[in-house]
Amino acid sequence: MADAVIHTENLTRKFGAFTAVDAISFSIGRGEIFGFLGANGAGKTTAMKMLTGLLRPTSGSASVAGFDVRSEPEKIKQNIGYMSQRFSLYEDLSPKENIRFWGGIYGLDRKTLREKSARLLEALDLQEAADTRLSSLPLGWKQKLAFSVAQLHEPKIVFLDEPTGGVDPVTRRRFWDMIYETADNGITVFVTTHYMDEAEYCDRISIMVDGRMAAIGTPDALKDEFGVSSIDDLFIRLVRPTPIE
Amino acid sequence: MKSFRGFVLKEFLHIFRDRRTAAILFGMPMLQLLLFGYAIRNEISEVKLGICDLSHDQATRAITSKLLSSGTFSAKRNLRSPEEIGPAFASGEMNEAVVFEPGFAARLQRDGFCDLQVITDGSDPNVSRIITGYTASVIQDYLGEQYAPFSAPGVVPVPVMLFNPALRSVYLFVPGLMALILMLVSALMTSISITREKEIGTMEVLLVSSLRPTEIILGKVAPYMLLAFINVLTVLALAFMVFGVPCRGSLPLLILESLLFILTALSLGIFISTITASQQAAMMISLGGLLLPTILLSGFIFPVASMPLPLQVFSNIIPAKWYLIIVRAIMLKGADFSYLWQETLVLVLMTVLLMAASIRKFSERLQ
Repeated sequence: MADAVIHTENLTRKFGAFTAVDAISFSIGRGEIFGFLGANGAGKTTAMKMLTGLLRPTSGSASVAGFDVRSEPEKIKQNIGYMSQRFSLYEDLSPKENIRFWGGIYGLDRKTLREKSARLLEALDLQEAADTRLSSLPLGWKQKLAFSVAQLHEPKIVFLDEPTGGVDPVTRRRFWDMIYETADNGITVFVTTHYMDEAEYCDRISIMVDGRMAAIGTPDALKDEFGVSSIDDLFIRLVRPTPIE
Repeated sequence: MKSFRGFVLKEFLHIFRDRRTAAILFGMPMLQLLLFGYAIRNEISEVKLGICDLSHDQATRAITSKLLSSGTFSAKRNLRSPEEIGPAFASGEMNEAVVFEPGFAARLQRDGFCDLQVITDGSDPNVSRIITGYTASVIQDYLGEQYAPFSAPGVVPVPVMLFNPALRSVYLFVPGLMALILMLVSALMTSISITREKEIGTMEVLLVSSLRPTEIILGKVAPYMLLAFINVLTVLALAFMVFGVPCRGSLPLLILESLLFILTALSLGIFISTITASQQAAMMISLGGLLLPTILLSGFIFPVASMPLPLQVFSNIIPAKWYLIIVRAIMLKGADFSYLWQETLVLVLMTVLLMAASIRKFSERLQ
């Protein structure tokens, strides 16, 4: 892929004798929504930590936003946004204070921050609640805010670690609308999820099994390739390769 | 640097938004000082005294009135016979009984000695020991006045209590209290606030941001350092103004040593947060592993020298023990640094070790 934003080659991470991530190679393009699937303990988190510059690979190579994960993790950090399952905002601060804090952490100057903050609160329809504590807002709003906050510094890639855990289907659908919008703006979205319907929303998905990448491709192509009717079936087949029957 | 300032600011917001945290940080030191200063004392201010005078002569009356006028004793009962003593103790209306034998003065004149029985409530040994001592010294006093010129030559001990002549217990508690408060604010609060970020998932995001791990730690620690320092000043000022506890040595030295102890406690807090994942675990470790030893084993309340040997050895790894020695020496004895460099060195070493261990633990997780 010529304009790959994320590119890995035989990326491997071992913890002692245990190989958490076993020589995975893939490329993700600009503006792509990439679903990163796998059972718990399959190595997703370890792979994501390497891509976000938190963990050094044991062997193999990876570049993110054009920077090498080994030698330039600090540059990578400036070019990515990250949102965890627990949506990573401070409950005892107001939306405005959260925006100001994270904007400051990402190094935005005061003027830009003020403009962005106003625009964001308007876009999320949060003006009235701008000064109330986050703990009193519904989960859906908090997640949307967290997603927007992760993009304050205009990163090239946003990493979402199970962003829709614990919300109702309608709110999830709305959250995905935001993801599409982000991708349309040319930002790559790297998302992990346990919801197989969400996997269908992705441009491409990969499924990790025991540290290896068992499948990668568009949802439709994968369904054809493995002869299954849904990603759900595919997932179960890959994760549990020998059927019980 | 700008993002660092924002970080510290946010930390202060957390502290002031959470009423419990704010109460612990600002209310506790003052409350504890007043509690320890007023309520918890070793001095006995009122001993309920029963007199069983079987002699009724001028000597027994003189001793009785001397006891009662000393200010420590108040007459509760006149007991007619020794049989009444037991029930009076059992009902709790008396702490001490003094029994004069029949013919007290006459025997004292004739034989040069006589018996006086002092009975106390042994269910509270500390109080008993202290009031027995008081009583004995009052009687010594009387005998000295009456018979000293004529008595045979002998050794008269003249006790002098250096540094705290009135033996005021608040002098003893203030240094211990400073250690306790600093431990609480620095170690407990930082370990909780760092593990909270882990729990709510913001730590991951902070690590992924371009802030360096050291900046994150410093940002978490700086506010507590400042608050702990303010607490030191508050406690010192209150102790001086309300209880008249002096600082006989150099105040700047005391403050510098306190800053060092704050650093030790902070590094302990950081270390605890690197080995725990939840606020609850951090709180349990801080309370059980730090506060209790600080109160019980540092010499704050119970002297280290009277502990069994294993505990004495163990007390050496408690930072508060060393800080306590330093503070007592500076405040009460007016000691200067040349007497304290060893204790200071111990604290410095502890801080360095804890910091190194935390950094190792922290980077282990990232490697």
